[in-house]
Amino acid sequence: MSEKPLLSLTGISKSFGPNLVLDSVDLDLRAGEVLALLGENGAGKSTLIKILSGAYKPDRGRMFISGLEYRPSEPLDGRRQGIAVIYQELNLAPHLTVEENIMLGQEESRFGLVDRKKNLERVKKVLQFLGHPEISPDLPVRKLTVGARQVVEIARALASRVRILVMDEPTSSLSQEDTRRLFEIIRKLRAEGAGIIYVSHFLEEVLKIADRFTVLRDGKVAGGGLIEETSVEELIRLMIGRRVSELFPRLPHQPGEVILSCSGIKSARMSRPVNLELRRGEILGVAGLVGAGRTEFLRALFGLDRLEAGLVVVAGQKFRPYHTAVSIACGLGLLSEDRQVEGLAVRMNLADNLTLSRLQPYLRSGFLNNRKQKAAASEWMDRVNIKAGSPEQKVWTLSGGNQQKVALARLLHQEAGVFLLDEPTRGIDVMSKAQIYELMGRLAADNKAVIFVSSYLPELLGVADRVAVFHRGQLVEVRPVADWTEAELMKAAITGRGSAPIDSGEQP
Amino acid sequence: MKSAGSGLKKIAGLAGPFGGLILVITIFSLMPEVSDRFLNLSNIKSVATQSVIVALCALGLTLIIVSGGIDLSAASNLALSCVLVAYAINLGAPPLLAALVGVAAGGTVGFLNGFLITRLRLVPFIVTLGMMGIARGLAKWVARNQKIDAPLSWLNELMVRTPRPSWLLVSPGIWLMILFSLVMAVLLRKTIFGRQAFAIGANELTARLCGVRTDRVKVAVYTISGLLCGLAGVMEFSRLTVGDPTVAMGLELDIIAAVVIGGGSLSGGEGSILGTLVGVFIMAFLRNGCTMMGWPNYFQEIIIGVIIIAAVTLDRLRHRQE
Repeated sequence: MSEKPLLSLTGISKSFGPNLVLDSVDLDLRAGEVLALLGENGAGKSTLIKILSGAYKPDRGRMFISGLEYRPSEPLDGRRQGIAVIYQELNLAPHLTVEENIMLGQEESRFGLVDRKKNLERVKKVLQFLGHPEISPDLPVRKLTVGARQVVEIARALASRVRILVMDEPTSSLSQEDTRRLFEIIRKLRAEGAGIIYVSHFLEEVLKIADRFTVLRDGKVAGGGLIEETSVEELIRLMIGRRVSELFPRLPHQPGEVILSCSGIKSARMSRPVNLELRRGEILGVAGLVGAGRTEFLRALFGLDRLEAGLVVVAGQKFRPYHTAVSIACGLGLLSEDRQVEGLAVRMNLADNLTLSRLQPYLRSGFLNNRKQKAAASEWMDRVNIKAGSPEQKVWTLSGGNQQKVALARLLHQEAGVFLLDEPTRGIDVMSKAQIYELMGRLAADNKAVIFVSSYLPELLGVADRVAVFHRGQLVEVRPVADWTEAELMKAAITGRGSAPIDSGEQP
Repeated sequence: MKSAGSGLKKIAGLAGPFGGLILVITIFSLMPEVSDRFLNLSNIKSVATQSVIVALCALGLTLIIVSGGIDLSAASNLALSCVLVAYAINLGAPPLLAALVGVAAGGTVGFLNGFLITRLRLVPFIVTLGMMGIARGLAKWVARNQKIDAPLSWLNELMVRTPRPSWLLVSPGIWLMILFSLVMAVLLRKTIFGRQAFAIGANELTARLCGVRTDRVKVAVYTISGLLCGLAGVMEFSRLTVGDPTVAMGLELDIIAAVVIGGGSLSGGEGSILGTLVGVFIMAFLRNGCTMMGWPNYFQEIIIGVIIIAAVTLDRLRHRQE
């Protein structure tokens, strides 16, 4: 402990409005080590990285780099201090060349003109160091594979003397071969004395590459230590922890006949076709990591993504979901995971948002009766507890919870029989959450069917009748909820295998 | 209580463009040089008649802008229609048929705009920029790069200031403008199609999520707008009595300005027929007043430029308060 750590954070806290996202987090990173930063979705990892990079300011706490206080006011400060962050979604300009991307913002110049020769030299040197001399500096980035793009992104970080490299889920879109090569690069950087913070959900990978780990849970450090001395089971236990038990009102409901059956549903963004049956009065939970293919499955089923293969039967009606108009007419309804960007037209008023998918009832001899539409919207506001001044209020003025209820009320209003709910409780207050759980129960009791995608395991276990798990683009397992524990669900989501022991040394 | 409140809000919403119109009219009627002539009936009639062509195009463009699009080809489209009417008459077509040819040509250009935008997934700006050149070029080709003379017919009476029969009071063109304003207002506010156009403009992803067949709606939007441009072309022919392929150069910007002054948002989801008409009249009265004052042309251009910027700024401020 004599040596000063490369990076040290003490007592970092941050809140957004009333939500305390980080609660006095301490973290140390030494030169020449790989530190795994772990935690469930929403544990505070991304916020911490953003604070480190200078994108957010912490409310409290201090940061030191090699013993000197580091107080960034913008991301550029972070870069100057040698901090580079590689985000999950790559930040490259697709039609610029590899060289231009790597040197962007740090071009070598002479008398104000770009010195191509010098740039090229530096780019070649970095690519050589990374073990990828085969990547041509003149190629536009859009022509590269995802793996090669990642290399370019890392090369960009290295071109400007980086001391601290943060990688946010770097392997989530990589093939196994690319992942293996990435690990080689990481080991090389470590040997050169860089400190690396490695954020990942794939715990088996973490065991292979990291030296130490820190686990965040609900914004606090839940534990940490040496990777050699831990196991996947312990990491999962630390990530889940023991939670304040929440209220999941279970309304009695009985599964009836099959209402939805999908056979061979597959879009370009899924790796395997999905077969699934759903009964009336049933809530099917869907677990999986972000990017595991859950959203893609719902979108293919609903006709939002182009279908490569598959057939859907809803209540005896067979169809190929090629357009949302067809799936809505057949009784499907989708709640988008992103209500700001897709789910709601936030610049329109509440009444229009609520009734857009089914305006026919308000036609009188071919013309819309606006008063009738407003009155119906008012009624729905009461029914699902939307707090708003009037049906003419613009949706962007509502709180997250109320917005989500508008989006949900739309599905009720369009008289869907099968509700496809993608992260319906994300980013909303506890009261609204409880109301949405209750609503799902009411739907099931009403002989409707619900598919409930969530990244928050307790709510899946608390609300669903069966839980399915997606892993890397495919459906891997479905079981009744009683046959799952939180740890098992987590394990299945991470490894793609539900019951097999995972620390027995076998590799994926 | 509620309805009264929302009614007040609506008035406040229109206060911007209406206030501008009232301001323009007041200023000129207080100018001693023109105060006696500016507000008299025959001048108003003449301003209204001059507004018909821009107004017809602006009605269609309101629909396009509401749905989140733009049309730079409106003026070229109008010129093509104008030339085709003259051409058809010279081929011996009866006036009614010739007029229908003009309207249909406009509709075809509009349909092509919509078709290319939805099929090629190109932005409307690019497609209609290309179509602006294509339609203008076609018009010049058909007319062999000169004006097409055509024998006079009842078509040439659509835009006269003193109509026959006299009980019409104003020219048939004005009546057509009023008729289509009503039709478009109803289409926009009281039909599912109109509501879907607003939804596409406000958020196309949401519209798709709600089962709106966005491509079909967009093609229809551009086709309807094209038909109105075609009709404006017929009116232009009526006024000029010749088919002129170089007519209405640069008018597309006046048309866009009218919609924007009237509260249409270039980011889609907002706009109204009444607002657009007010925008058209603000520009028409301004031009008329400046001409009467004997102010030079460049002065008018500067004033209109200032008004566009002021109108949109006011609109922004109003939205922020909401």
